[in-house]
Formats: sequence, structure tokens, C-alpha cells
Amino acid sequence: MFDGIARRVVSIWFHRFASDRFLRQYPLSGPFALTIKHSNTNRLYCLNAEAARQGLHQGMAHSDARAFCPDLQTAEADIHRDQQFLLLLRRWATRYCPWVGLEGRDGLVLDISGSSHLFGGETGILNAIRSGLMRAGLSAQIGLADTRGAAWALAHYGEGQAATGDMLPALQHLPVAALRLDEKTTTALVRVGLRKIGDLATTPRAPLARRFGANVLMRLDQALGHQAEEITPLAAPPHYGVRMTLPEPIGLLSDVMAGAERLLTQLCAKLKTHEMGARIFVITLRRVDLDQQEVELRLARALRDPQRILPLFEKGLAEMDAGFGIDQLRLEATQTEALPTQQMSHVAGDSEDRLDDLITRIGTRIGLENIQRFLPADSHIPERSFIVSPAAYSDAASGWMCKNPRPLCLFPPEPIAGRGPYPPNHFRWRRVSLTTGHTIGPERITPEWWLEDDNWRSGMRDYWRVETTQGRRLWLFYTPQNPGWFIQGEFA
Amino acid sequence: MTSLDLPYFPLKRGRVHEVCGPGSFGFLAILMAQVRGPTLWIRESHRLEHINPLGLGEFTDPSQLLVVNVKHQADGLASAEEALQERAVALVVIDISKPLSLTAGRRLQLAAKAGNTTGLCLIPEGMGSNAAETRWRSDPIFQAQDSTHFHWRLIKNKSGTNGSWHVRWNRASRRIDMVSPVRE
Repeated sequence: MFDGIARRVVSIWFHRFASDRFLRQYPLSGPFALTIKHSNTNRLYCLNAEAARQGLHQGMAHSDARAFCPDLQTAEADIHRDQQFLLLLRRWATRYCPWVGLEGRDGLVLDISGSSHLFGGETGILNAIRSGLMRAGLSAQIGLADTRGAAWALAHYGEGQAATGDMLPALQHLPVAALRLDEKTTTALVRVGLRKIGDLATTPRAPLARRFGANVLMRLDQALGHQAEEITPLAAPPHYGVRMTLPEPIGLLSDVMAGAERLLTQLCAKLKTHEMGARIFVITLRRVDLDQQEVELRLARALRDPQRILPLFEKGLAEMDAGFGIDQLRLEATQTEALPTQQMSHVAGDSEDRLDDLITRIGTRIGLENIQRFLPADSHIPERSFIVSPAAYSDAASGWMCKNPRPLCLFPPEPIAGRGPYPPNHFRWRRVSLTTGHTIGPERITPEWWLEDDNWRSGMRDYWRVETTQGRRLWLFYTPQNPGWFIQGEFA
Repeated sequence: MTSLDLPYFPLKRGRVHEVCGPGSFGFLAILMAQVRGPTLWIRESHRLEHINPLGLGEFTDPSQLLVVNVKHQADGLASAEEALQERAVALVVIDISKPLSLTAGRRLQLAAKAGNTTGLCLIPEGMGSNAAETRWRSDPIFQAQDSTHFHWRLIKNKSGTNGSWHVRWNRASRRIDMVSPVRE
């Protein structure tokens, strides 16, 4: 078929993928199934071997299954997690060959041409894969053939290994469903008596294509190797993690810092090649007694400069308990974002960097989200005319506009005694009696009806600036729809 | 009215100062306008009073202000110390709710000296620390035609005499003018 080495493809089908994944995490014995909600009914989605032996099957309603098998244990399926786990398995499988792709939701396909001799031939590699999966607690059916289609057929219908060359002898006894056809076509084929792949291969091609569509022949040709089919290996996302195992345990802060520096230099070089910067670093210290301690560093800005990051780790590392010594350091950038290389500038930079580092330092103590800045907002409601936003995740903004003077200090409205639409001449506030000297107002502010705000339930407000003869300059408001006087702020 | 410079103001760099009285927010806003540079305000998150950036806009650019919300004073002092010695901001403001010990006050002074940063504590009446460089009391003064009038009293001064001034914030030129006291 090809001049060089023949292609050899392994297809792995995890026939109990979702339940195996779940049981790996929460092991239990007895019949078990994952359920999924499908048009208002909970149906069995994936069963373990015990449940299948009890006669339950996929797609069965959960209530029926419970009636047949009262001690069935169930949990809800998590398809996203399953997908994540399959990606992990894909990465694991690259130890056998570099070309590993996903096959549907619960399978992998490996192109092992030219790599099987590393594991002692084809039988060796299959045994290695099988025992690896068994150790991981995953049940799998594995097929090996010259083509992807044939390997898939063997994995799903009668596990096996096809000899190099002609695929037909290995496939002819398999049902037509092994050709990856949809259910409708399969049923139609079976109805006219074409039950096995062998029957299909000996039938004249033209009438087949006319009656069942070109898809049937394409799948057949792909399985038999008359038509090429690629394995598209997934490109693994770059992994930003490095580690260091030490021959002798260390315990001094300076030693740990030196180790962290080495790891950081390595990791930052990797970040640099990908033009990325890290927001969160996690350093894991493994002690000789196998206890692990983590130090998390959240940065105010994405960075990849080891000299700047290292001192920020010092506080966290100093708080760690080294016990009998630390023998492994692991550093990982758990949150990264694009950080393109920038032109060096002689104007900006240093002072901004210092401020970012200060935010990081304070943030490690009290939490990065507690350091905030103000951003202008488009609202005429006093307490909503600005936004408080974490400084680490926002940039300073200009465009502060307000036509009317606003107080320097705001607080939740505090009621005072007063009557009528004009500010009272005398009032008591915070146990001090005040006399009105000079008033400016009113400025009427109406609530924004499109936003629900409990504080504005009492309707519109007439704001007054009241200067008291005692000196205090206050911001009062009157609610005409629900008469009452309140103090909300102070100028000065 | 004179526009002579006020002695001891803007506050001496590299030291920690204190201000109290009902006009302390105004004092702070005027100081922010003078220092030019980012300001870090450390406040306890349970305090109800909150600075209004729109009001601050009358004095200086609100985007220069960063607010640090801390749970209690110990965190606030630690953050202040960090900020004072880092040289990243021009002014560090700390809301004080409990009296400062002499040690805490000294630590702040040392940090301020190390970073040549100005520190300002907003203190409740009578809760000053002995370590403070200066202590001010700011009261707004009522005057029918003018709503920017303050009475500033320097009530503690380590490197000079105390004093008392009447000042007025000049919105147009963004500076303070000294004025003669109000006649009753």
C-alpha cells in the first residue's frame, strides 16, 4: 500500500468510560450507573460491569432500573469532566507514540507505526497499554489494524488484532454496524440481508451507492484501506509547570528561595517563548514525610520576570513549616494570559511596576480583591456614579464628570427629624445639635426605574447642601413622595 | 487674603503625620492635591463612611487613589508599613480606630523614612500616637459666602512650634489660600 513501513493503528474504546472515571474517584461495590437527564426522564447513561450483569442497559429509564434492581446506586453524569479526563488520557497515551487523537467521546486512536518495536513488538505494546489502563482502573477494548476504520471495528466488535496486509479476513465476520455507520443505514442494510462486512464487500458497488448513499462505500473503503484516513493528533496545550527533586532534603529559607529561583527562571523562559505571562503561581513543597504545602502567589499584573517575582514569594515561603526537610519543589503557573513582548520605553515603567508589586505584596496578606480603585460610571444616582473595581484587574480611567458639587464622603442615609420641603433650621445628627446657616438646593434626582434598588423605594430625592453655623457642611435629602429627611454625605 | 505658603504644609516627606476633627477628609483631599502621585488609602471595611471619587474630583484626579479594605487594624498597619517603605506611592493614608501603641507608631515612622513616603493617620479625637511628627486638627468654618473655609490647628509638632491658620481651598488654581479669621 505504502512504500516504507505499513501503517498500524490502535483504537482504544473505553466501553465503561464515564462510570469508570467516577468509580476511580469514589470507589464503591455493587451495581452502579451514571444517569443523565434526557427529555425530562433520568436515563441510565453508563453502567458498571455489575449493573450490566443484572440485566440493566444503557438508555433505560432510571425508575425502571430501580424497579429491576433495588440496590442500584446512581450518580449524575458529568460530561464535561469526562471530556477533561479523556484529554488527560490522550496525553498519557503519547508515551506509546506521538500521534494520538480522540475517537468520539470515549475512545482514543493511536498511530503506532514505527514505535511498536520500542515496547517489544505489537503484542508488547498492546500488553503495555492494557496493563497501564487496568492499573488506572479503566476497562477498555483494544483493536489493532492497518486502518483507523478497521481498528475501530475491532475495538468495538470483538477485540482483536488484524494481520498486516488485507483487512478483509479480519473484518468480514463483523456486523455492518462496525463500519461506523448511523443507525438508520445499518438497519436498512440488515433489512436487505447485508448483515456482515463480508457481504458488503462482495456486493456490486454501484447499486449499493445508489441505494444507501456514498457514505457506506466510503466507510468500507476506509476500513479496508482503499481510501486514506488521517489521525489528527491533538496539539497539547503548553503546560507551565516545572519541578525539582533534591537528593538531600533542605529546610533553610535561603535554600528554598534558591530552588524557587531556579524553577522560576526555567518557567519564565518557557512563558517567554509562548509570549505569555502568569497571574497566579503555585509553588508546592513536598516534605520528606510526604506532606505537601502550597504557597500561592497572585500577581497584580501578568508577569514573567523572575527577578521581580521571586521577592514576592518570600513572605509565603517564610511561613512554611519545613518539618524534617523538603525534597521536592514544584512550581506551576496556574493562570496565564497573553503578554506580548513590548517595546522598551524610557518614559513609563518603573513607577508603575513598583505600584503593581506593592499591590501584589499587600494582596498576599489581605487578598488581591481588597485593593480597589474607582472607575467612572454612567449614572446620576450618587452611590452608583462610580464603580469600585479591584485594582489588579482594571486600569485607571479618566473622564470624571459631575456638574454639581458632590460631597467628599458618602455614607448610608441617616434619618433626621425634619418636616416640609425646606431643610430644617435646627436638627440633631450623631448626638450633635446643628443649626442651618446656609442652604443650596434643591437638586432633584429621580430613581433609575430600570434598576431595582431598595434604597430608592421612597421615590425621588431633593438634595440640599446645608452649611451649618457649627461649620459642618452636609448633604441632606428630602423624599417628597414619602416625606422624610436624611443625611447622606459630608463635604469637607 | 494672602497666598503665602503655610508652614509645615505640605507635610514633611518621610514622616507620619496625624489629623483629626470633622474637617479631616478635607485636609486629606487638599494634601492629595499637593503631593502629586498615587495615594493609598487603607480603611477598615466595616466603616460606613466611604470616600466619594466625584467629590474628590474637586481637588485632585480620583484615579490616583487606591483604596485598601482591611478587616482589622493589625492588617491595616502591616499593609501601611509595606506601602510606606516601597516607594511606590506618594502618600499612605491610614484610618485609625484604636489607639496606636508607641511601637506601632515608631514602626510606621521607620518605614516612612525608609521609603521617603508621607504617611497620614486619620485619627479619632485624642487617639494620637506619641511617634507622630505633626498632629493637625481641621474644622470647617461657616461663612455665608464661602464654602471652602477651614480652620487648621497644628496641635503637635516635633520640629517646631504649634500654630493656627485659616485657609481656603481655591478651586480654580487648585491651591490653598491663607485668609484672616472670620469676625463674628
